[in-house]
Amino acid sequence: MSANEGLKAKHVATAGPRVSWSKGTIFLLAVLAVAVLGIGIQAASDATLFAQITLNGLTLAGLYFIVASGFTLIFGLMRVVNMAHGSFYMLGGIIAFLVQERMLKPDPTSFDLPTATFGSFVLPLVIATFSVALLGLIIQQVFLRWNQGQELRQALITIAISIIVADQAVARFGGIAKEISVPIERSIELPIVGNYGTMRLVMLLVAVVVGLLLLGLITRTRFGMIVRAGVDDRQMVTALGIDIQKVFAVAFLLGAFLAGLAGVLGGSVNSVNKADDGKFLLISLVIVIVGGMGSLTGAAIGALLLGLIDSYSDVYLPDAITNYGVLLTFFLLVFVLAVRPYGLFGRPG
Amino acid sequence: MIPARLQWPVGIAVVAVACVLPFVVSGFTTSQILTRAMILGIAAASLIFLASLGGWVSLGQTGLYGVAGFAVGNFVEADGGSKTFGMNIWLATILALLVTVAVGLLIGAIASRSEGIYFLMITLAFGVIIKLLFEKATDLSGFGGINQIVQPEIFGSAQLQPERIYFVCLVVSIAVYLGVRYFARTPFGLAFQGIRDNATRMKALGYNVTLIRTIAFGIGALIAGLAGVLNVWWNTQISPGTIDIGPLIFLLMIAIIGGLYRIEGAWIGALIYVILDNRLRSVELVGERVATALGIIFLLIVLLSPGGVMGIYESISRRVRRPPSGDDAPAGGEGAAAPGVAGD
Repeated sequence: MSANEGLKAKHVATAGPRVSWSKGTIFLLAVLAVAVLGIGIQAASDATLFAQITLNGLTLAGLYFIVASGFTLIFGLMRVVNMAHGSFYMLGGIIAFLVQERMLKPDPTSFDLPTATFGSFVLPLVIATFSVALLGLIIQQVFLRWNQGQELRQALITIAISIIVADQAVARFGGIAKEISVPIERSIELPIVGNYGTMRLVMLLVAVVVGLLLLGLITRTRFGMIVRAGVDDRQMVTALGIDIQKVFAVAFLLGAFLAGLAGVLGGSVNSVNKADDGKFLLISLVIVIVGGMGSLTGAAIGALLLGLIDSYSDVYLPDAITNYGVLLTFFLLVFVLAVRPYGLFGRPG
Repeated sequence: MIPARLQWPVGIAVVAVACVLPFVVSGFTTSQILTRAMILGIAAASLIFLASLGGWVSLGQTGLYGVAGFAVGNFVEADGGSKTFGMNIWLATILALLVTVAVGLLIGAIASRSEGIYFLMITLAFGVIIKLLFEKATDLSGFGGINQIVQPEIFGSAQLQPERIYFVCLVVSIAVYLGVRYFARTPFGLAFQGIRDNATRMKALGYNVTLIRTIAFGIGALIAGLAGVLNVWWNTQISPGTIDIGPLIFLLMIAIIGGLYRIEGAWIGALIYVILDNRLRSVELVGERVATALGIIFLLIVLLSPGGVMGIYESISRRVRRPPSGDDAPAGGEGAAAPGVAGD
């Protein structure tokens, strides 16, 4: 940390978090304004398309938020960069699919599963999310707990686990993307938007509920109080006689649970895919880097930005450069980090 | 650690063995084990260079390696890619290295403001984004990669005369090794290490911390780019899978096996990795699940010996003979543990 940043850090510590309106922030807002203007012009020409794409972006953001909130919770509290977070997501989808396949006994000649009943959707979902949560807890207790504070080592351990999980997933699940069957109508008629995927809306709803529950948990409960205190100063919390190991265990369980839940939802909306682990690890990374590590609000804003950018760039970019859409993610990272090295809502840790 | 007066003789002996090896072993071994280990060693050296001197663990090195490889593939005649330039291979190579360094400087300028685990996350994000870009942008990467990339004529065919490209990789490896050792002793290299140890103090002394770090990251990108270029010379093809998250992790694994803090560990780690990767398949228990076995080995190394193979070697030699304190590291303190990386 440079001298200047050191001073700033002290300043922040005494004055509390504060958003400063630097030249960079203004530049960032200007870029945002141009983007909004460009999208606005497009929106005026085809309102239905615009509404659809916006809704796509929002539902995608919902999925991203569920994944990233777990990642940021674990990082903020324990300083563990959980490189296996994408693997947890993928495992959620795979376990749910495999359980559902057992329950529905599909026609071996058909590629898709038959339509699920309520029970044959919820039971796989519950089994999958809870086994992923349990796996997360085991990993934390067996491998990470006694390496507390060794950030690099913990990251390396989770990387090694992610290799093993990815290879085993290919062995047991195969390379073909498969879809989890859902018990409700595939699409629903909405005003303006027209026909829209029901599961996507469910996913958005779940994301909002998860967000509110997490917010309540963090701001209104004793557990949340300890988490917030732990994010700021772990040593002080321990010194006050609080068993922080218990809090760490619960936080890791919760983070893995959220990743698993997102995996099942993502698998029912899109598909379960063996490449999901890398993809969702990247998404989690980008969201928490942009939003600020450890910040729930930051995760929500980051998810929203990434979801909308993904969705708009797929459709609104000119044909010639539509393949380069991922560069927008790159520039989002570059811009945010250039202006705010610790992310939009982050503080030097 | 090898005593200072033995460093040159040991180094020359290692190079001599490396020169004789391709005439002793089969062509397949030369190409698939030795050459591959050399190339991965150079790539890992770019990672260890940043880790040992800068205290940074970068996961963006495979991305830069890929940028160099794809750039060569696009600039020369090949099956896939842009196909518009059709340049001479040497010109293409130089341009590819320039492009890689430019990308490295851009990423470095952003990432160099962060430390420790943040740096790791940011470079990982950039590494994966580069892979996704090449996966999606098929006009740069062809469908399923670029094939039949032209090789430099004087080295012959990498398939028919595997020892020629091997010697090219050996020469580049030696150059990278000596270059990094030399760099560590230059004023610039010392400043870079000073920033690793205490950035605030270096800034107070008047050094431009961000600039020095950015340039050092650019040098790391150049080393990764060299490996990327050699890879397409040797392999004549490159695809987005070459720089996927799996290879990215395995490059980190090579650096960890070798020990993150000693540059020679890069080639030792690469050799061990390549041999494991080739031989594990024939172990009955492993079969197709080579990645699982490698992952478990990686996990064990991280859990048991954070210093990797070089760390094991050092702890043994320390037990055997305590080195005279102080002048333990004549080459500018390469052996010094980098704070913030070892997990403090």
